[in-house]
Amino acid sequence: MPGRVLVGVKRVIDYAVKIRVKPDNSGVVTDGVKHSMNPFCEIAVEEAVKLKEKKLIKEVVAVSCGPQQSQETIRTALAMGADRGIHVEVSGKDYENLGPLQVSKILAALAKKEEAQLIILGKQAIDDDCNQTGQMTAALLDWPQGTFASEVSLEENQIKVVREIDGGLETIRINTPAVLTADLRLNTPRYATLPNIMKAKKKKIANVKPADLGVDLTSRLEVLRVDEPPQREAGMKVETVEDLVGKLKDAGKV
Amino acid sequence: IHPRDKDSRWEGIEMERFADEADVVIVGGGPAGLSAAIRLKQLANEQEKELRVCLVEKAPQIGAHTLSGACLEPSALFELFPDWKERGASISIYVMTPKHQDTSPLNHGNYIVRLGNLVRWLGEQAEELGVELYPGYAAAEVLFHEDGSVKGIATNDVGIAKDGSPKDVFERGMELHAKVTLFGEGCHGHLAKQLYKQFNLRENCEPQTYAIGLKELWMIDEKKWRPGRTEHSVGWPLDRHTYGGSFLYHLNEGEPLVALGFVIGLDYSNPYLSPFREFQRWKHHPFIASTLEGGQRIAYGARALNEGGYQSIPKLTFPGGLLIGCSPGFMNVPKIKGTHTAMKSGMLAAEAIFPKVTAESLDSETAGLHVPEYSESLKSSSVWKELYAVRNIRPSFHNYFGLYGGMVYTGIFYWMLRGKEPWTLKHKGIDANQLKPAKDCKPIEYPKPDGKISFDLLSSVALSGTNHEGDQPPHLTLKDDSIPVARNLAIYDGPEQRFCPAGVYEYVPMETGDGMRLQINAQNCVHCKTCDIKDPSQNINWVVPEGGGGPAYNGM
Repeated sequence: MPGRVLVGVKRVIDYAVKIRVKPDNSGVVTDGVKHSMNPFCEIAVEEAVKLKEKKLIKEVVAVSCGPQQSQETIRTALAMGADRGIHVEVSGKDYENLGPLQVSKILAALAKKEEAQLIILGKQAIDDDCNQTGQMTAALLDWPQGTFASEVSLEENQIKVVREIDGGLETIRINTPAVLTADLRLNTPRYATLPNIMKAKKKKIANVKPADLGVDLTSRLEVLRVDEPPQREAGMKVETVEDLVGKLKDAGKV
Repeated sequence: IHPRDKDSRWEGIEMERFADEADVVIVGGGPAGLSAAIRLKQLANEQEKELRVCLVEKAPQIGAHTLSGACLEPSALFELFPDWKERGASISIYVMTPKHQDTSPLNHGNYIVRLGNLVRWLGEQAEELGVELYPGYAAAEVLFHEDGSVKGIATNDVGIAKDGSPKDVFERGMELHAKVTLFGEGCHGHLAKQLYKQFNLRENCEPQTYAIGLKELWMIDEKKWRPGRTEHSVGWPLDRHTYGGSFLYHLNEGEPLVALGFVIGLDYSNPYLSPFREFQRWKHHPFIASTLEGGQRIAYGARALNEGGYQSIPKLTFPGGLLIGCSPGFMNVPKIKGTHTAMKSGMLAAEAIFPKVTAESLDSETAGLHVPEYSESLKSSSVWKELYAVRNIRPSFHNYFGLYGGMVYTGIFYWMLRGKEPWTLKHKGIDANQLKPAKDCKPIEYPKPDGKISFDLLSSVALSGTNHEGDQPPHLTLKDDSIPVARNLAIYDGPEQRFCPAGVYEYVPMETGDGMRLQINAQNCVHCKTCDIKDPSQNINWVVPEGGGGPAYNGM
């Protein structure tokens, strides 16, 4: 039975906020913008806490990589039921370049250090939509992975995972230790209520630097430019098929 | 209204609430609430006394529900933080250049601010001083001791579905008890509404009158940017009987940002008037359009504000609590400034209650402390003098010549006599009663938005970042479900579909085909409170939705 679960939580711009590109096209405006926990990370935390409540695992550790404000995200995870938190401090230019490769290196290092037997992550973050961290972490640790999980059941030394795939649902059985990534229908996350937020203030959040874990943060990618999507142009209605073909020919499409 | 103990869906649900004790609980994390919290902790630290101050705020982060012009008079801020500069408060130096259409008294020595940012800064200072801030949690209920005094507040229950049944994630709100509770909910607070009734606080004052303010932030062409410049206008496109005007401030924070907006008195009489569309129309005025051309709109929001001034200030204290800030309403209407008075009221409240909550023995008749000293100190403060001096300007608009009569009165009595005239003019009555029936009024033809300077309602609402958990009961409640179609639509042509700046209210045809029904899109709500104020049937009751919902303003 897995004892310790690591849950990754990411602080992202809230999904309802209208994103604005910086005037110098180097990125999006984040200063003062409302942020919250990535919705898939909320589902991951909920799953971990549910497993603890069923007494199938012993401890839930919430991890976040980012600047000072990431601690708020960890606090929310603690309020949902995580036992303690680890804040891996990454700020400034390093934070701007932080991507799935570096985060998975960090998580792999932490999993070894904390002797975790299970890592649960959201399937992707809503800001970069990478969908890579879970898979890369599993590869670095040489652990099996159960991604896009919509149902998770812990058995003797294995985990049965029902995965959401293009054709429908796929059920697999993997050995522990393993990495799982949560999809939308896995569960409905609980609210972080005020009494729990108050109690969460007493739970510990450890502060760690990537260098302490021996992780190199240099990025293999360089963002050249960020642009808004092009304005949608008005459509056109045509009366007959001949008109349609004519217009397509004019536009050089046929 | 379906009582829960008769509702089978609620059988067996745990209704016990977790309760916690603080010395002082503050409802509302705006300028007033935060100033009170800060002042309390400053006093506690000076006198080395323990004091637990808890502040609850419905916005997901401090400042996210703050919206204002704003041209700040810094007196209260400097008093609260004499070392504000060293602490890095986000206010910019400004220089006043009056335009010929500027009709407000000169703005020397004031600062153009993005109030949301200043409030965020105040929040950081409060946390450093040891105030417990809880953004994302809304105070939904006032709690009372057996003797009728205020015991504290309870946050709202979460996890109730749209149909009123408990979801799996249902959890009861929490109770926060305090020796004294400060209510700083801003203009037309929903708990304040209950308190007025409970303690009869409005028996000796006039009803409050309001205005709605709509605001946008624009990134303009650098060549057109004049940092520090303030422009105001009155009149067009409103007629002389509709009170209102505009502001346009060039911010001075390193990028070519302007804050502009339009304010309309909610005592307007034409139910066809749409404040949102007047605002969009006004932007096409050549002076304004020339500033905005080539620019990009980056934010939108709206909020009601008080215009009642001196005549509408209610009784401010009651056993167990008191009212601060724009909730009772201390705005100086002609100066269109209320932030400094709100902050000052918070500070005076803190100073009045501090000796009482830290006293060795709680010498009180009631379980909740009564602090009438707060009212006394407010009455002898600069706030009172200021509001008294300008008390007759707003009511002076209620005359045959409307705007022009008001300007003449202001010219004579304010500029020359500074409000020393011995009489006090009355307001017209409550705003909701001022609407004329639709048949007596002319519909207004508004121009279509051009997508460059003026915009449609829904894209504007999207810019406010507002959102609410979809599966919850609508927080815009109706006392009587039949009244919207029977009265509002029949007599006034459904004014709520026009005065709501977020498109919450729509009259749509019934699926059965016969007649209309009122559709409430509660998710769009930007918490401006205009509907609660202006509904001619006073049938709409705004209650607080699940905490964390609402707009996501960034430095508005």
